[in-house]
Amino acid sequence: MAEVTMRIWRGDASGGEFASYTLPQNEGEVVLDVVHRIQASEAPDLACRWNCKAGKCGSCSAEINGKPRLMCMTRMDSLPEGPVTVAPMRTFPIVRDLVTDVSFNFVRAQEVPALLPPPMPEGGYVMFQEDVERGQEFRKCIECFMCQDVCHVIRDHEDNKRHYAGPRFFIRYAELEMHPLDQNDRREYVREEMGLGYCNITKCCTEVCPEHIKITDNAIIPLKERVVDAHYDPLAWLGRTIRRKKKASSAEAAVQPAP
Amino acid sequence: MTDTYEHHDYDVLIIGAGGAGLRAAIEAKQRGLSVALVTKSLLGKAHTVMAEGGMAAALGNVYPEDSWQVHFRDTMRGGKYLNNYRMAELHAKEAPDRVLELEQWGALFDRTATGKILQRDFGGHRYARLAHVGDRTGLELIRTLQQKVVSMGTDVFMECKVLRLVHDASGKVAGAVAYWRATGEFVTFAAKSVVLATGGAGKSWKFTSNSWECTGDGHAMALWAGARLIDMECVQFHPTGMVWPLSVRGLLVTEGVRGDGGVLRNAEGQRFMFNYVAPMFRDETAESEDEGDRWYDDHSAGRRPPELLPRDEVARAINTEVKAGRGSPHGGVFLDIASRRTPEFIRRRLPSMYHQFMELAGVDITREPMEIGPTCHYIMGGVQVDADSAATAVPGLFAAGEVAGGMHGANRLGGNSLSDLIVFGRRAGMGAADWAESGEAATAMDAGEVDAAIAEALAPFARETGENPYDVHHDLQEMMQANVGIIRTQSELDEAKELLGGFAERVAHVRVTGGRAYNPGWNLATDLPSMITVSRCVTEGARLRTESRGGHTREDFPTADERLGTLNFAQTCPDGAWDGEYRIEESPLLAMPAELKALLEEAH
Repeated sequence: MAEVTMRIWRGDASGGEFASYTLPQNEGEVVLDVVHRIQASEAPDLACRWNCKAGKCGSCSAEINGKPRLMCMTRMDSLPEGPVTVAPMRTFPIVRDLVTDVSFNFVRAQEVPALLPPPMPEGGYVMFQEDVERGQEFRKCIECFMCQDVCHVIRDHEDNKRHYAGPRFFIRYAELEMHPLDQNDRREYVREEMGLGYCNITKCCTEVCPEHIKITDNAIIPLKERVVDAHYDPLAWLGRTIRRKKKASSAEAAVQPAP
Repeated sequence: MTDTYEHHDYDVLIIGAGGAGLRAAIEAKQRGLSVALVTKSLLGKAHTVMAEGGMAAALGNVYPEDSWQVHFRDTMRGGKYLNNYRMAELHAKEAPDRVLELEQWGALFDRTATGKILQRDFGGHRYARLAHVGDRTGLELIRTLQQKVVSMGTDVFMECKVLRLVHDASGKVAGAVAYWRATGEFVTFAAKSVVLATGGAGKSWKFTSNSWECTGDGHAMALWAGARLIDMECVQFHPTGMVWPLSVRGLLVTEGVRGDGGVLRNAEGQRFMFNYVAPMFRDETAESEDEGDRWYDDHSAGRRPPELLPRDEVARAINTEVKAGRGSPHGGVFLDIASRRTPEFIRRRLPSMYHQFMELAGVDITREPMEIGPTCHYIMGGVQVDADSAATAVPGLFAAGEVAGGMHGANRLGGNSLSDLIVFGRRAGMGAADWAESGEAATAMDAGEVDAAIAEALAPFARETGENPYDVHHDLQEMMQANVGIIRTQSELDEAKELLGGFAERVAHVRVTGGRAYNPGWNLATDLPSMITVSRCVTEGARLRTESRGGHTREDFPTADERLGTLNFAQTCPDGAWDGEYRIEESPLLAMPAELKALLEEAH
């Protein structure tokens, strides 16, 4: 019977190494199936995160043969012959084995100023399909955080995490910016506080997105254009200069609380 | 003792962060109370995310003649009248407002040509009623609620698994004990009100659309804490799960495929559903393929095709076809949309189904039919609650969503789950807030209960010998699938009851290796008592319900029984021990007011 060999990173914040597991090959399996079989037999304490096993929840992100992938959507027979390497996402601190501490993303989520819609008319808002479609593309995001993992601004520079939101949140800001109902203006905030300028559009995020969201072309570049329009507009500059004397950050002035 | 563990005090503790838990949190938070939202996964990963087709609400955007009355009637008929009528009534009346308010929080539903929320057809609903976003509506719901909860500054405890509810000295619920998955350290929450929003229990079966989370924790914790579980025998097997490859067997294929024109065929190419129209649905179902096909574009031009009967009817029919030898190569039947709609239409309306089949099975659904078969999907049974407040029999304890029973009766209609979450999530938040403000809430947790729960959780580490929890879980799933599956008989159910005694014994002796930090083997060991509890209740209810009704089908009692149609089976656990004695009793349905009864009797 054909066999598969998995090299899985085992360890915690203090360090670790790859461990090898060899199992019989089953037809049609994905990487997560094999990880589960290892858990059920040789290594019941092998830590990995997963939920839906259908590419919908974005929990089981890992670096498979060096590339960020969802373990549940990576067919074993799509990988080259030979041992399959599975490592945790490198950009985030290790919790254990394949599980990383992704709390950076949840902190960034807290900092997003919410949608600010006008009062809802009787019978609901009127929005047309063509107006919601751009936002719908970004709302396909399953928060697997692989775009964050692969973004070299934070992958290779830990310090940048303090002032950089990352591609996942740039699509969130783009979504709100293009939302037909939104009345908030987050452009200065995204530039000053969320580090949009650090992105130099290498499109690594777009390449790894399992939802095929065109992160760079459809979100980041238009967002940069809008931010530039706002920032270098002479009237806007004058307004900012006057207001800045009264406030601690641009966010406070531009952003109002949601209802 | 309790003070040696990390401890938090809140007004309202919400266990579970799917649609119901998130919606409850919003409501309690808006009342100005302190709220803790505890989830055993990361925020936004709960099983709600897998819901595909939509949420049912009589908005009347596509068919203005739709109304809450018709939605109520459809829900009761779909549930074979076992529903808590008051829940079905509130649900039908309030779902439209709950859907509309999601747009204030950022949801972007698909639109009609006039800019309203588009609604799609689903089984058992007379009119196109499901607000949706392609086939990823659950993701839209959870993300919208999650973003709202986060923007309100709610305290969220992620990857924190609740083990047990804790009472005060007088028997009111006073909080819960949990552990952090990342470290294995214990944490206690004292709260005036506790809302269970823990979702379903499908992980006791082998072929299921449910994720690892659906282990029935809330069902079990409520039972152990003194609440009553009703209708536990009513488990929904969704007609269309993937059957191949084996590793994805059970994965959901949305009912939207059929709502958007897909049809079921057997190995002989026959649209067999025309042979399975029960008398109850004959008047409203098409008699020919032509008539059914006309209906998709205009519901007044024909009656609905039989592929869109309620899920229990379709699942049973598929099961019968496969047993009769007319199945597909991998033991299912064919679901065909490729021959009926253009590739562009399919990719636009069903993008994640396209993706799922392409990547996992190598099947292009725009060119070839899918192979599908029934999969354990949803449990209608759950904690008995007061419809208006979501209060359980235990003071201070509330329940909403799949963990609550009654709303869906013996069978849930597709699309009624997401709307259930937002209607009753909100009501549970209100009920919990009212109780927290009432001055009657518990004040102190029983330290003995906390210590006992922690000792039980740690016991598997102390055993020098014992079974791997994965082996016990695997065998439990095989047994439940074989004995308490889609079609049931007395002898198999009796055997299951017997075998479950043995499983309880095995669970009491599982051994966990490794440390406490992020140890999935340990996590599974702590899930097993819940899964045994749910399995016991489902089996016992199924033994006593000697009839076929909705999701509960008895081969030896193939028809509905009039008397059994007037009652729920309610189960309790008097001494609070998962492996102790449970009691089951008949509990009469609520009497329905005449004006609602009249709605059920109206011709369609």
